[in-house]
Amino acid sequence: MDCVATGANVKVLAKAIHSLSRIGEELYLEPVDDGLALRSVNSSRSAFASFQLSPLFFQRYQAPTDQSFRCKMPIKSVQAVFKSLSSLERSVEKCRIQLNSEKSRLTITLHCKHGLLKTHNLSFQDCESLQAVFDKESCTNVLQAQPRLMVDTVLHFPPSLEEVNLSVSSDRVWLRNHVEDDADSSRAMMTELCLSSEEFDHFAISSQTSITFCLKELRGLLGFAESSCLPISMYFDEPGSPVILNVTDSVLEANFVLATLSEDSHSKNHVNSDTKRPDAEQPPDDFMSDDMDSFLIAMETSELPGPSHVPTSPPQPINNRKHSASDDEDEEALAERPPNKKFCSLFFGSVLPTPSLTNQTIQSQEVLASDSEDENQTETS
Amino acid sequence: MKFRAKIVDVGCLNHFTRVVNTVSKLTKACVLRLTCDHLYFVLSGRVATGGVSMWCELLQVNFFDEFQLEGVSADANEIFLEVAPENLSRALKTAQNAKSVKIKLTKKSCPCLTLAAELPSLSSLSRVVTHDLPVDVIPRRLWYDFREPQMPEFDVSIYLPPLKTMKSVVDRMKNLSNYLVVEANLNGKMNLKIETDLVSVTTHFKELGNPPWGEDGSQSSSRTHREPELMAETRVDIRKLQQFLTGQQVNPSRAMCNIVDGRILHLIFLHEDVSLQYFIPAVV
Repeated sequence: MDCVATGANVKVLAKAIHSLSRIGEELYLEPVDDGLALRSVNSSRSAFASFQLSPLFFQRYQAPTDQSFRCKMPIKSVQAVFKSLSSLERSVEKCRIQLNSEKSRLTITLHCKHGLLKTHNLSFQDCESLQAVFDKESCTNVLQAQPRLMVDTVLHFPPSLEEVNLSVSSDRVWLRNHVEDDADSSRAMMTELCLSSEEFDHFAISSQTSITFCLKELRGLLGFAESSCLPISMYFDEPGSPVILNVTDSVLEANFVLATLSEDSHSKNHVNSDTKRPDAEQPPDDFMSDDMDSFLIAMETSELPGPSHVPTSPPQPINNRKHSASDDEDEEALAERPPNKKFCSLFFGSVLPTPSLTNQTIQSQEVLASDSEDENQTETS
Repeated sequence: MKFRAKIVDVGCLNHFTRVVNTVSKLTKACVLRLTCDHLYFVLSGRVATGGVSMWCELLQVNFFDEFQLEGVSADANEIFLEVAPENLSRALKTAQNAKSVKIKLTKKSCPCLTLAAELPSLSSLSRVVTHDLPVDVIPRRLWYDFREPQMPEFDVSIYLPPLKTMKSVVDRMKNLSNYLVVEANLNGKMNLKIETDLVSVTTHFKELGNPPWGEDGSQSSSRTHREPELMAETRVDIRKLQQFLTGQQVNPSRAMCNIVDGRILHLIFLHEDVSLQYFIPAVV
């Protein structure tokens, strides 16, 4: 593998890595003929980010001969290479990433002014492909805004705020800080920002909905978008389905997929649907083990709609939406029962590159996949 | 009980924000007393806070375009709220370029001060940011604790040296000792002294001037016969003084202190629309 990024793209590459560092501890690198994918996921599998850099992003792009090469490394070591953005801008002319397969090292060489060469040899671990299953096109709500709008909005919330709630109606968007329902919450300061739909470049909301997701992880994308001046698109459905934030231009595409809080009261109304499974049916302990084999087995034996069932899944979301509208009123009545909220983990088709699994849009599947440390062992399975 | 107020002028908003920021640097919780003409931020001296007390008075009409108040009753037309000034500071921080800021007393899951700022936006409809700050309503029977402090019968009253200078002196002295002696006389001289086993340091200020308290100032009659060179002093916890000097965001038109020998250091900052008084008790 040998790729060279030059000029301003070096800074873009650095910013991408810094953004990914806000998500997880490890950077997953997957160079294929289509381009270079840089990905990261958080330990609870509730946030995933992916930067796809097309060959045109690079001055020169040569994918490794072994098409199934994938590796991961601690993101801090890669960040150290691209440490100071301002000095990168000033002095680095070229950045070359090469794979040294015999020594199992990824070599990043920064060609700086005055003939200075900074070479970093990073060790990596082989790993499986990391790809969350999501489908932007099937999302019923789409917003697009200039990054300046998002940054200005987020400014009103304290940097320490974890979770934020986004509510949409036919002509307005509200952003509120999310407070857990416990004794302290009634004394917490509540902040709400209301934006009109006119402030968005694109505003396509099919129904009123309200989702809660982690703001911290979003800030990583905001930093990247602001410096690139590219508009940010948000794709989302009802609570429980992940929200997808996307920044695209001709040579790169960034996707941040964040899980949203799902309320138990929602799942109780949807016992009939295949796409939502109440927690009780899937004891989390099955997925806490690091053994990827058992994870695989669980997937195969569960009620996964196979390719032939795909046509039947669209009707389900419609039921979900009808329920969610009435849920808002019901929730107040259910106040005495504290909802057992949890973030749905994103479904990962990360075990085997079986095309049929990865193409399915079962993002609302509730799966708790722990941080797997034994990924190396699954190469043989 | 009803309270609604509105600020539309950017200058007034900035000024109000700076006052709130100053108060928030001095204490985590204080009482906001609202009357028809004034707002007061009050901290009453308690052992827990090291005995310091604060009285910050704002003339309402110089800040607010609209101000409506209905107190607890007709004969007690005031409202006392316990607030966290830091929350108010945070809410005001991002509203500095707002077209208008409205403050209201509301009831959400608990009594709140709701701040709604109308921000400029890219569209015809403004962006509205609303902050709900939880507050506690203080019952009338406790109002006595938060009354206006009496001017102490001071021994010496003197204008302070330039605050920047005073702050940097106090900052450096803090590294050497926990206690600072402030002494001054009626000849415009002030000394800041620290003394430890190893070292003693004194900074002398001259020609500061003494405020001319008139007959209505509460000077003790003995004061008129006070030897001008005689120093009155108090020994205070240096951190309290430093905290006061560090948090200042309101540039006072007049800054002075009153010393009651061995008992209290009373600092007064005066500005056209706002006055701030801070009482630091002496330590033995």
